[in-house]
Amino acid sequence: MAQIEIKGVAKQFGSYQALHSINLSISDQEFMVLLGASGCGKTTLLRIVAGLETPTEGEVWIGDRRVDHLPPRDRGIAMVFQNYAVFPHLTVFENIGFGLRMAKVSNDEVKRRVERNAELMHIEQLLARYSGELSGGQRQRVAVARALAMEPDVILMDEPLSNLDALLRLEMRAELKGVLAESKTTAIYVTHDQVEAMSLADRISVMHQGRIVQSATPVEVYRNPAEHFVAGFIGNPPMNFLSAVPEGAGRYRVADKVLDGPNGASEPLVFAIRPEDLTLSNDGFAATVKIVEPLGPHLLATCDVAGTMFRAILDSDMTVKHGDKLTLAPQDGRVRWFDPESQRAVA
Amino acid sequence: MNVRYLPYLLILPVTLFLCLFFIYPFVLVSQQAFSGPEGPTLEHFREVVSYWKFPISLQNTLLLAAVVVPIQLALSLLMATMVSRMGKGRDLVLYVWTIPLGISDLAAGIIWLAIFEQSGFLNSMLYGIGAVSEPVNFLSYQNPAIVFLAIVLAEVWRATAIMLVILVAGIGLIPKEYYEAAEVFGASPWKRFVKITLPLLRPSLQTALVLRVILAFEVFAVVAALGGTLFPVLMSETYAYQFDLLNSNAAAAMALIILGISIVSTIVILRALRVPKGARV
Repeated sequence: MAQIEIKGVAKQFGSYQALHSINLSISDQEFMVLLGASGCGKTTLLRIVAGLETPTEGEVWIGDRRVDHLPPRDRGIAMVFQNYAVFPHLTVFENIGFGLRMAKVSNDEVKRRVERNAELMHIEQLLARYSGELSGGQRQRVAVARALAMEPDVILMDEPLSNLDALLRLEMRAELKGVLAESKTTAIYVTHDQVEAMSLADRISVMHQGRIVQSATPVEVYRNPAEHFVAGFIGNPPMNFLSAVPEGAGRYRVADKVLDGPNGASEPLVFAIRPEDLTLSNDGFAATVKIVEPLGPHLLATCDVAGTMFRAILDSDMTVKHGDKLTLAPQDGRVRWFDPESQRAVA
Repeated sequence: MNVRYLPYLLILPVTLFLCLFFIYPFVLVSQQAFSGPEGPTLEHFREVVSYWKFPISLQNTLLLAAVVVPIQLALSLLMATMVSRMGKGRDLVLYVWTIPLGISDLAAGIIWLAIFEQSGFLNSMLYGIGAVSEPVNFLSYQNPAIVFLAIVLAEVWRATAIMLVILVAGIGLIPKEYYEAAEVFGASPWKRFVKITLPLLRPSLQTALVLRVILAFEVFAVVAALGGTLFPVLMSETYAYQFDLLNSNAAAAMALIILGISIVSTIVILRALRVPKGARV
């Protein structure tokens, strides 16, 4: 059992506050993705769990042990690094077996575990090679096999796929998910790639400026972003925003339309809708098409609605061109409302 | 002009310089070493090797190298590791540690002579604290071990920094991620040094050792200042042939013998610390 508890962890580098009192519980065998733009503190948080960085405040628990004062090697973790960190002076075999050798595991057991994990990562034919003779993708596999060979309670991954080309990334992503589910370890995975986060995570923690702004399942984060930031960060393209002026009794004026919204607000709100949740109808926002991008499965139309940029995803067989006037209606149940003051979702 | 020729043009001056001041004298020296009144001969080599001082000077030179170089290697590794972990003040410490590099070897010998001689600092100190009743002549033929020790000390003090600067540069080239990976996968600080630093430092170790070992075979001024004729080495014998005995053929033969030893040791070091293809950083 290796649940992870992060309690009030803060990190300061000089006068820069990298993390502000982070609280996060990760349950046993959960796949947790820390998602955020560069500089949001996600890697710092991972390194604190790994023990490569000491928190300025707070506690880290793995299983039922408090670990923040322990060196990395006593935490029952393994890690996959962004640049793989496959040792150039050791063969693939010795790289995968490195941790086991350090733990003084018997030769037979090292051989057994190295071979099993090499097979799992499909690199069994490369065991005698040095890392200089491997491609980026193969090095990545060695790095993962090295982590798995430790049979750790927790695997930490710091943007492990970011140095691979697009096609390889897709392939490794699926493979990684399968292998990790099989291994039954708890995983923390850092990435700035939201598609990667969506596809891998049991739960995503979206980070922004040293804080976790939302921790939820991928679908929940996508459907019900808790903050304006999340709505603007997740989704490609992200949500559309329009200002909403209250007209009383839960009614709001959004662009040229009056819509039903959350009750009780007397201050203006922000209306948000995903581009794919818009339909062409007679009753909707008046939009002028500015840019049309055919993307294969669908068509992305960037429009102007009441002076604000507004994107809509339309059927690919539609014929739309610059200057066309469309009427775009938000689908019921897909609208989010944010408080512009607190940035939090109201409904 | 064709860009392809530019690199060659740029290295031309230094190539000419080397040909003029290294290759040409080298050819002259070789000629001298092998030429006799009746054409080519090995007579000069036979002469210097069969001289009674040759075995002792060869033995002294090798012994000195065998004692000094390992001490310097260990010290420079320790110092380089310490310096590379420092944040503030790193450069200051490095500069202070490399000061001896700026002092000529004869001056270094004289500094240590000032410490060890009969009226030197060491005697004043020992006399001052009452450890000796009268000044001792440490550097006399009666104390060969102390003479040797003084030379070792002076050499370590003088020439460790040359290895240090090479190793500091080499350690700086090892990516931090390797250390972090080793740490996560259970390596203690000592294991990280043995399993990561040392193997990845092989190219720098090669350079540092080759340079240092060659210099050790050429040791002369420090030995002359501290040991005089009590501790003959190959280089002091070469000097004696050339300037005391005015036998430049024998001196040239000695010079080639030293060159031969340097080449052999260089090859041994390069082989021993070879990095297999594909295993380079």
